[in-house]
Amino acid sequence: MKIGVFVCHCGSNIAGTVDVAGVAQAAKNFPEVAFATDLLYSCSEPGQEAIVQAVQEHDLDGVVVAACTPRMHEPTFRRAVERAGLNRYMFEMANIREHCSWVGKDKDANTRKASDLVLQAVEKLRFDRPLQAKSFDINKRVLVVGGGVAGIQAALDCADGGLEVVLLEKTSTIGGKMAKLDKTFPTVDCSSCILGPKMVDVSMHPNITLYAYAELESVEGYVGNFEVSVKKKATYVDWDKCTGCGLCMEKCPSKKAYDAFNEGIAPTRAINIPFPQAIPKRAVIDPTYCRQFIKGKCGVCAKVCPTEAIDYEMQDSFVQEKVGAVITATGYDLFDYRKYGEYGGGRYPDVITSMQYERLLNASGPTGGHIQRPSDGREPKKVVFIQCVGSRDKSVDRPYCSGFCCMYTAKQTILTKDHIPDSQSYVFYMDIRAPGKMYDEFTRRAMEEYGAQYIRGRVSQVYPYKDSLIVRGVDTLLGSQVEIEADLVVLAVGAEASRGASELAEKLRISYDAYGFYMESHPKLRPVETNTAGVYLAGACQGSKDIPASVGQGSAAAAKVLALFSKDQLESDPQVALVSQARCVGCGKCVQTCPFGAIQLAEDRAGNPKAEVIETVCQGCGLCTVTCPQSAIQLQHFTDNQILAEVNALCQQAMEESFES
Amino acid sequence: MSAGNGRELRIVGFLCNWCSYGGADTAGVSRLGQPTDLRIIRLPCTGRMDPLFMFKALLSGADGVLVSGCHPRDCHYSEGNFYARRRLELAKRLLPTLGFDSGRFEYTWVSASEGKRWQQVVTAFTEQIHTLGPGPKFSH
Ligand SMILES: Cc1cc2nc3c(=O)[nH]c(=O)nc-3n(C[C@H](O)[C@H](O)[C@H](O)COP(=O)(O)OP(=O)(O)OC[C@H]3O[C@@H](n4cnc5c(N)ncnc54)[C@H](O)[C@@H]3O)c2cc1C
Ligand code: SF4
Ligand code: SF4
Repeated sequence: MKIGVFVCHCGSNIAGTVDVAGVAQAAKNFPEVAFATDLLYSCSEPGQEAIVQAVQEHDLDGVVVAACTPRMHEPTFRRAVERAGLNRYMFEMANIREHCSWVGKDKDANTRKASDLVLQAVEKLRFDRPLQAKSFDINKRVLVVGGGVAGIQAALDCADGGLEVVLLEKTSTIGGKMAKLDKTFPTVDCSSCILGPKMVDVSMHPNITLYAYAELESVEGYVGNFEVSVKKKATYVDWDKCTGCGLCMEKCPSKKAYDAFNEGIAPTRAINIPFPQAIPKRAVIDPTYCRQFIKGKCGVCAKVCPTEAIDYEMQDSFVQEKVGAVITATGYDLFDYRKYGEYGGGRYPDVITSMQYERLLNASGPTGGHIQRPSDGREPKKVVFIQCVGSRDKSVDRPYCSGFCCMYTAKQTILTKDHIPDSQSYVFYMDIRAPGKMYDEFTRRAMEEYGAQYIRGRVSQVYPYKDSLIVRGVDTLLGSQVEIEADLVVLAVGAEASRGASELAEKLRISYDAYGFYMESHPKLRPVETNTAGVYLAGACQGSKDIPASVGQGSAAAAKVLALFSKDQLESDPQVALVSQARCVGCGKCVQTCPFGAIQLAEDRAGNPKAEVIETVCQGCGLCTVTCPQSAIQLQHFTDNQILAEVNALCQQAMEESFES
Repeated sequence: MSAGNGRELRIVGFLCNWCSYGGADTAGVSRLGQPTDLRIIRLPCTGRMDPLFMFKALLSGADGVLVSGCHPRDCHYSEGNFYARRRLELAKRLLPTLGFDSGRFEYTWVSASEGKRWQQVVTAFTEQIHTLGPGPKFSH
């Protein structure tokens, strides 16, 4: 075998703390290395060309590139060696940047480490074999989980692109948080006027199947061929019969049900349709409040329903769907405002969340768009807004910026002035973050045109005084204490991962960060892809973001799916398990261990049972390889011999040194 | 940042591609300094980690072995790390029988976002190995 080694400077990223030329020089003495050199930027066009040329000139059989992480550029270099005429699997990378030059300070130690890592890669490469990908058929349907604005956009774009879409929404209507908002920054246009038509499009689109009040039960399979089970939670109303007339809601005697859509600022009925523009517009019974469920008698809705849609006996049901890709768009939830005891949220009725305030501003909200204090219904004249409630605060484990609160607070001060011209808004803020297009101008308008008074500083306490609230804080710019007598206090609660986000991630086998937000494949270059092929992200589930960004990601995820489905077949990764018929004794242990059902027992010509790997199903985890008592099943490209060769390469050196000293 | 001032010891790490290898990358991208003793072998999953690799490494002259994968329940292949946990726990208990201090081998879980945690794991394990000193050497 003739191996070529290319050691990358990566400008000064590697060369700054590793003697790159020295590593290349050392590599010349490694087994079967026929050529070694250093390159300034191996991933650049001239860098790749140099590799291709060297392969051809020196008739190389395999290539090692010592550079950045293979998680970044392995595909790039595989394509390069393929252009040079080699099989793309005759290639290994040594990670001498992320794992070496960027984390070690001592140049000598780094250089020794880098050359060890190169030797390790060379030793592994000696056992590499050419591998060929197999093609398999794909199911060109897509599942979108979450029907907020991001999920809606993704579903519509996929559907318009000709794909069949299954849209899953946990609550009884799509729309997500945006459906609750009154107006939207930075233009102050009406939220339901821009979202409503999109929701209707979803319900009308021939390519979209909507399951509302449903959750993802389980996912099997892999890119191109997922099988999902959808749990349709019992609504106790037959939605095929329900016309959404709302008569049941009018007559229901249980009037104290919690209204999640209105954020609990007013009660609703035990049977309800969350809002008039709901999609689907269908009633759901909440059994925790329904008298039929609590007391065993009532039956009013069943009596009044003109279509006999009520079914108190209904059970959860399950439907199976086959799809080739999944987009998660499960959004965010709001920080629990009770965690800051000093603000009095949950204790004083006139301390409310920003989302509750949206419902008070909204003409279709419980107050018909009149701002009224929850305590006595009085119109507030002085409104204090407190920003960063559950954002940028390590003490509540929320060190990140939620990104949209500065903007929606500015919007809410503008709307307050519009609704109550003789009102005054005060905003306690840490910094104003308004980096979007027309965003800074918008916050300036709130201050300059609408007279909102911005106070830079934190609030230490909110307490009741007569029939109002005293807000005490500091103005750090003036260096003085401030006290404001407020009629209403609005807490700009931050975003956190949506409830149940981690369980869903585990079902989909995608990663999430310490706060439960989903991890994209690359923070800059692959923002809507995950590390699981065929699973994409859109909207606030990946990290808090506003509507324009959520919609952008919805479209981006749809574009990724459309590109994935532009071919009729996909190529499977050939790094799969391979059975040695001679060694296999047919014990079946691997069959039981494989999490993907990729191994089956079949009889050979002599009638003996032998394991057989279904190549397009195998995901290449290597669990079976460790399980097999015969070492009969080997994960290709990560065989026992290869890993042991790496171990040897790393230990031999140490042994020699230790006996020298 | 060198844990033992003076000679480096040999630590071999086996990391799963999806979580811990990514975590080590994240630590690198964030320039979180670490001792230089560790060399990393990339595996698709800790489920690919045959305990024999660990024994082999120690018997061949490594002073410490570190395995790291996705947090339990967050495995890219659903359940590989559960198998790893059972296998590796057993292997760790066997070490004293073979004449190795069981502190020469640890396994841990680090996700791709946890660069800081990776830095802490590497630093602490390297210190641990330096406290134990060079491992027993067997010439072949
Ligand atoms: C008070 C307030 C005011 C705001 N005002 C503005 C504004 O003026 N302009 C602006 O640009 N942004 C504003 N925002 C931000 C805006 O709400 C978000 O950008 C937007 O809602 C994100 O959309 P999304 O689809 O990603 O998430 P969401 O709106 O949260 O939608 C997620 C959907 O997924 C569903 N879901 C969750 N989990 C599951 C599951 N496991 N299975 C199935 N379905 C699930 C949810 O029920 C929900 O319907 C505001 C935010 C707040 C808090
Ligand atoms: S490597 Fe083995 S256990 Fe893993 S998916 Fe393939 S056949 Fe199944
Ligand atoms: S575990 Fe090994 S010997 Fe047993 S059936 Fe599978 S490949 Fe054959």
